[in-house]
Order: sequence, then C-alpha cells, then structure tokens
Amino acid sequence: MKILVGYKRVVDYNVRVQVKADGTGVVTEGVKLSANPFDDIALEEALRLREKGVAEEVVIVGIGPADLTAHLRNGLAMGANRAIHVTTTEAVQPLTAARVLLKLVEKESPGLVIVGKQAIDDDANQTGQMLAALWDRPQATFAGKVEIADGKATVAREVDAGMETLDVDLPAVITTDLRLNEPRFIKLPDIMKAKSKPIDVIELGSLGVDTGDHLKITHYAAPPKRSKGVMVKDAAELVAALKHKGLL
Amino acid sequence: MSKILVIAEHLDGKLNGATARAVSAAAAVKPEGIDVLVLSDAPDAVATEAAKIDGVSKVLTVARAENAHPLAAVLAPQVAQAAVGYTHVFAPSTTFGKDLAPRVAALLGVGQVSDVVTVESSHVFTRPIYAGNAIITVEAPASQTVVATIRTASWPAAASSGSAPVEALAIDVALPSHTRFIELKQGKSDRPDLQGAAKVVSGGRGVGSKENFDIIYKFADRIGAAVGASRAAVDAGYVPNELQVGQTGKIIAPELYMAIGISGAIQHLTGIKDAGTIVAINKDGEAPIFEIADIGLVGDLFKILPELERALD
Repeated sequence: MKILVGYKRVVDYNVRVQVKADGTGVVTEGVKLSANPFDDIALEEALRLREKGVAEEVVIVGIGPADLTAHLRNGLAMGANRAIHVTTTEAVQPLTAARVLLKLVEKESPGLVIVGKQAIDDDANQTGQMLAALWDRPQATFAGKVEIADGKATVAREVDAGMETLDVDLPAVITTDLRLNEPRFIKLPDIMKAKSKPIDVIELGSLGVDTGDHLKITHYAAPPKRSKGVMVKDAAELVAALKHKGLL
Repeated sequence: MSKILVIAEHLDGKLNGATARAVSAAAAVKPEGIDVLVLSDAPDAVATEAAKIDGVSKVLTVARAENAHPLAAVLAPQVAQAAVGYTHVFAPSTTFGKDLAPRVAALLGVGQVSDVVTVESSHVFTRPIYAGNAIITVEAPASQTVVATIRTASWPAAASSGSAPVEALAIDVALPSHTRFIELKQGKSDRPDLQGAAKVVSGGRGVGSKENFDIIYKFADRIGAAVGASRAAVDAGYVPNELQVGQTGKIIAPELYMAIGISGAIQHLTGIKDAGTIVAINKDGEAPIFEIADIGLVGDLFKILPELERALD
C-alpha cells in the first residue's frame, strides 16, 4: 500500500503573528516557517505504518512556491520515500487543495491519505473532509489512534463527548489529532540521504483543477485587545474582587 | 432573500446547546427563514426541542436507521440534497460540525467559512486565523450556497420559547456502507458542560499529577463550574482529552474563567480570549497568562485553592 501525506508549510507555531497596519495580510517576511505540526504527526503515522509493513511507500505532497523544496526535503529526511511539489505562487484555499489532492490520488492510487486535522495558519479544518467527499471515500477525522488490518482502518477519534471509534474501508482519508503520536526528530545523516530522494514538480495549472476563487479575504485585523488587568495579593482579595463583579 | 438551513447536533436523543447558538448566527443574517435539519434514526424528541428555539421557522426531520450515529460520510449526501433551495447551510463549529460541514461544502462544490464570529452581511463574515492572532473578513460568492461553521463561543444561545412546525423530509439518496460506528466512550460527568458553562476552572501542568487534579475538581464543584485543562495537563494524562481548552481543543467563552497552574501558551489563550473575566493563579509572576488575565494572583495553587474555599464560607 502507498500512503499519501499532506505536508503544508506554515508560520512556526511559536511565532506570534502581526497583522499589517494596512489590513492587507499578516507579516510573513523574515518569519520562521515550519511544517504544520499536525502534518508532522501525519507523516510520522505514515512512517510507522511503513515500519509495521502495512505500507510500502510514503509520498508527501506540498503545494506552494518554488522555495517549498527545502520544506519537502525536511519531510524526506524524516523518512518519506519521495515528494510531489505542486507549484503555485497563489494562496491555496482548502477546496482547491482537496481538488489538487484528488488529482494526485487518481494518479497515485494510494490505499490511504493522511493529512493534519487543520493547518495552524488558516485554522480551516476542511481539506481532509473535502478530499474524502470529492473522492467518495470514508473519512476518519481527528484521529487519536489508528489500526490497519484486513483492508480497513479502525480509528479512535477525539470528539467533544470523548473518544469515538469508527471502522472505515480503505482507501480512506484520515486527519490527525495532536495525541496520535510524537513525531521523530530528523538526524543529520538522514538530511544527507534526503538530498538524493526524488521530488516530482508539477505546475498546479497543468492539473486541470478549477481554482476559481471560492472565498475572498477582504481585510485583516488585529484581535480586540483586552483591557489591562489587576493583581491581587491573596485569596481573600480575589474572592472579594469576584464577588464585587457578581461572579461568585 | 436568504433562507438558512441549520444542521442540528444531538446525542442520546438530546439536542446539543450548540444548535441554538448556530441559530443565533443565522438570525444575524436577517433571513426570511431559518429551518433546522434533524438527521437521526429517531428524530422526534430532538425535533421537539429544536422547534422551541426562537427564530426557527420549521424543523425538518430525516428518520433513517443509517442516521443512528453522526457519520459525516452518511449524513453529508443527505444534507447536500436537503440544502437545495437554501442560500446558507450553517453548522456549529464543534467536532460534529467540523467533521460534517466541509464534506457538505465539497459535495456542493463550494468553499467553507470556518468558525464565523460575526456576520457583517448575508455573504460577509469575520473569522479568526493564526490561533486568533488575526481576524479576517471573508466574502463568499453571492452565486453559491454559503456553507459555514459557527464558533459557538461567539454567539449566545437563542431562547427557547418558540413553537415551530415539524415536518418529515424524504431524502432519496443512496448512502455509503464504507463507514461504520463502533463505539463512543463518553467522559461521564455530573459537572456543567464545558462549552456551555458560565464558569470554568482549568488546570495546567502546574497541578502536577492526576491525583492532584482533585483539588481542581473540588474547587470547581464548590463554585458550580465546569472543569477544563491545558494541553500540557491532557498530554501528561492528568485529565481526558475532551477537557482540553485551546486552538485545537474547545473554544469557550464563560463569564468567569480561572486558569490555575497554566502558563498561557498562544494556543491555550486562543480558547479563552472571549471569556468575560479571566483569573490567573500561577506561581510564576512572569507567566504569559498574566498578560490577558483581568485578575492575577501569584502564588502556590496548593495553598491558594484551600484559602479560596475558606474565603467562600
């Protein structure tokens, strides 16, 4: 079985992004970029399935500008067999990303697609579900545990009420939650090896995907600031303050 | 004019409070009608509750055995068919809505607006990105159905004094059998529901252990609060994952939020930014949580919590 993994590059999770004063976007120049944390978890899970003999090949997919290559090399160093780089200079919304992934799914015929549950830049939480719908295959979102046997995946999902377990026939789409696994660190020799691993470069325009703008972002704003708080010196003062506000 | 279909969320025959919040957001569009869709194997009890929500014009029920559990792959084709004739489809931004709505949007061939916090007009909304560090204004094409999930913490629950008619809806679509429900392990608790509670007491890594977390539960019970936790506390196994508050957990907006032994990482603050009053108790006076706290107290939580209880007597 082949596993396709979505591997997005985002502003690093430790960076507190700043909104541009003119409201046209957030400052991304000179800001540290990293793999989306949920995608590292997706790749880790795919690698573990390969190590268990469930999968033979792990292919990572990135959509973005030419300099995304270095990001994909990180995924290859982590252990992916090869990468597909879909090039575009435009920002890609989830529906377009799902349509691109569908084209690659048709070409590669994977037994499983694993993507992160959400990207920490747009916080959309849509791409995996949209791909599953367009592909007409099952989805198991927010996965906390995955077991694969007999052509199906048994997935424990982190839902609001607790943990839900589903059985889905393969091929399927799984989206990863934080507690699925602990992604491995990249070792230096693996970075060297990754340099010789193949990256297929495909221009987004050549895939025949409808990229028609679905949603238009017209303005970016900083979130409203909370007013400055006060410090109290002990428990009695805290209780008094909360009683004064009618909260206790 | 707009006509909105709101997807009802329910569990064990009870309507989830998130539905009435999604109806509030729908009402902000000022539509000519808001219909609520209940998909279930036995929708009657849920439909009766949904019919009481103020602003609802009609409740539509789809009773099929396949709808016994909320499987997105099974529900989505039914919602997509029911959506014909509506300008908007709204679902709450809970794990249920997040799982289902994008599948519906893709079937309809449209983008989705996730986590709507304000409605500017029928096709213009605002939503947070980058863990709430930026708020974007998004315009959906007027020519397409708007599919959106509603950030429940940003909307009050619509009152429940209405009496809308309930109608059975016949949906004639083939449903897939490739997805099967096995089980749901629910965290059993008599405490208020985290997402709807007026008061929430949360513990973090500073609580130190699963056993120590009893001090958080005890204090929460004393003031009638729900219990939450930071990611660190969940990862350390102190509490189950459904208590996690933050960017990837639950986004909440209680009147009172008490963060105890929580340093306040960006990802946690996202989950509580809209709380009425934020109280931080932490032994580290430099912890980032104090930057957004309305009331801060520096000290050892194991000393302070018993003192707080005594001060309440």
